[in-house]
Amino acid sequence: MKIVVCIKQVPDTKGGVKFNPDGTLDRGAMLTIMNPDDKAGLEAALRLKDEYGAEVTVLTMGLPKATDVLQEAIAMGADKGVLVTDRVLGGADTWATSTTLAGALRKLDYDLIITGRQAIDGDTAQVGPQIAEHLGLPVISYAQEIKLEGDSIVVKRQYDDGYHMLKAKLPCLITALSELNEPRYMTPGGIFKAVETEITTLGRADLVDVDDSNIGLNGSPTKIAKASDKVKKGQGEMAPEDADPVAYIVGKLKDKHVI
Amino acid sequence: MGAMNAEEMEKYKGVFVFAQQVDNVLSGISFELIGEGKRLASKLDAQVTAVLIGSEVSGLVDELAAYGADRVIVVDDPELKNYRTEPYAHALASVINEYKPEIVLVGATAIGRDLGPTVSARVATGLTADCTLLEIGDFPINPIPGKEQKHNQLLMTRPAFGGNTIATIACPDNRPQMATVRPGVMQKLDKTEGAKAEVINYNPGFTPNNRYVEILEVAKAVSDIKDIMDAKILVSGGRGVGSSENFKILEDLADAIGGQVSCSRAVVDSGWKPKELQVGQTGKTVRPNVYFAIGISGAIQHVAGMEESDIIIAINKDADAPIFDVADYGVVGDLNKIVPALTEAIKAEIAAK
Repeated sequence: MKIVVCIKQVPDTKGGVKFNPDGTLDRGAMLTIMNPDDKAGLEAALRLKDEYGAEVTVLTMGLPKATDVLQEAIAMGADKGVLVTDRVLGGADTWATSTTLAGALRKLDYDLIITGRQAIDGDTAQVGPQIAEHLGLPVISYAQEIKLEGDSIVVKRQYDDGYHMLKAKLPCLITALSELNEPRYMTPGGIFKAVETEITTLGRADLVDVDDSNIGLNGSPTKIAKASDKVKKGQGEMAPEDADPVAYIVGKLKDKHVI
Repeated sequence: MGAMNAEEMEKYKGVFVFAQQVDNVLSGISFELIGEGKRLASKLDAQVTAVLIGSEVSGLVDELAAYGADRVIVVDDPELKNYRTEPYAHALASVINEYKPEIVLVGATAIGRDLGPTVSARVATGLTADCTLLEIGDFPINPIPGKEQKHNQLLMTRPAFGGNTIATIACPDNRPQMATVRPGVMQKLDKTEGAKAEVINYNPGFTPNNRYVEILEVAKAVSDIKDIMDAKILVSGGRGVGSSENFKILEDLADAIGGQVSCSRAVVDSGWKPKELQVGQTGKTVRPNVYFAIGISGAIQHVAGMEESDIIIAINKDADAPIFDVADYGVVGDLNKIVPALTEAIKAEIAAK
């Protein structure tokens, strides 16, 4: 079985958020990580590989430095890494990103494609289902459990009020939740392998069946009208250090007619 | 994608909202989208159409009308009994291609965040995710010499970078303009009993193919927990509460003051509370009258889900916790001492009335 996992290098917004003195986000100072949902998707692929045998390819689109996350994935146990990078692909929204990744996937062999549900920088959850649409594949989003059954995949699909057990014939695309599993660490042997494994680089010309009107900034139907770092709500008041905390809170609740 | 030609764009009229239902019960987001859709439609001199997709759902039409839908398009088919991506995407995409709406709103729920991207890719238009503010305005917002400024565009505002930044997005050259909208943010209208909507039944035909997944099991979280999005007072606990058992002191406080308990993501990840009580970016957006943040450090992802609360009271032992940056009233101290004493004091106050 051949599995392709789509992964993304993202700024680490969890805990590592840094601000400039003027209150704007200091992106340069933030570390980059493999997107957590994608990492869970990779772990799910590696577990299928452990159990049934599979070739796991990791695919990313980004700047050349995104090679880092491909090497991390290989050090965890992936077999191959593919980087899609080209200046003309920059500035892509989810539509243009999904058409680009679909163009790369048409060049690769796959029985199963796994993406993370969403990336922590954009939080859109759109690219996975959109890739499936471009490739004409069944899609199962929000996967909490994945198992293989013959030529089909059985997935526990999370909803707001419960779950469905769903079965789809391969090939298909699944989007993974980070609660799917606890990703493994890189191994020393894996790190050696990552250094030795050559990353395949694809450019615009390598994409299969992708029209120029569907890539990069110009191929993106959504346009940014304005963007701003969030204005933080002003700090409220703190209880004086010598005040009784209970009396202080009760006083405020009475002032505001809550009690 | 290439820009749609102007003549074709002109054909797209009206605001459509996806009327999400599960087990033939309409979800709250459906009414919120109708309310917001009406507000947008009034600026465009247009109507709001609810698109109701399911099996034997025509009984829900009057409820959609009561909350303000001018028209309801019903797609009713046995294949649509439970939500599945393919038949639902086929239903909504077919309605869009047939009736050509200018704007399509879908709830940013576990259903809508799967349906929205699939449909937008199928009808070849842009989609903006998890919007928290929608407006009608110009794009570009300020005129740029040599560039056409388009009027009456849908401007869609959403948080990004884990809530650290805010972006406003437009879809100026393609139709429909599509957005998923966060539940709990938009206001529903007051219910008008007896209101009627024009009803259109439409069935594009459903032929199962490889993209129809098989449903092996449908499991509901069995729960009698009230939705935290409806609560007027929330007593919310974080990792600092320390254990599942220790949530008892928060529950006592909630009982005393007539509120409900909610929690942060760390609490759900630790297995202390179910996910339906989680506030924040990956949980629910709440805006109660009073929000107690107890033992919650205030990660930006949590704050994104509660900062619109009227009064935020934070109790934390760490004076540098970021929760104090958004709290109206902050108390530094040991929650194990303060919370039980606060419960008793509130009981005494109420009894004295």
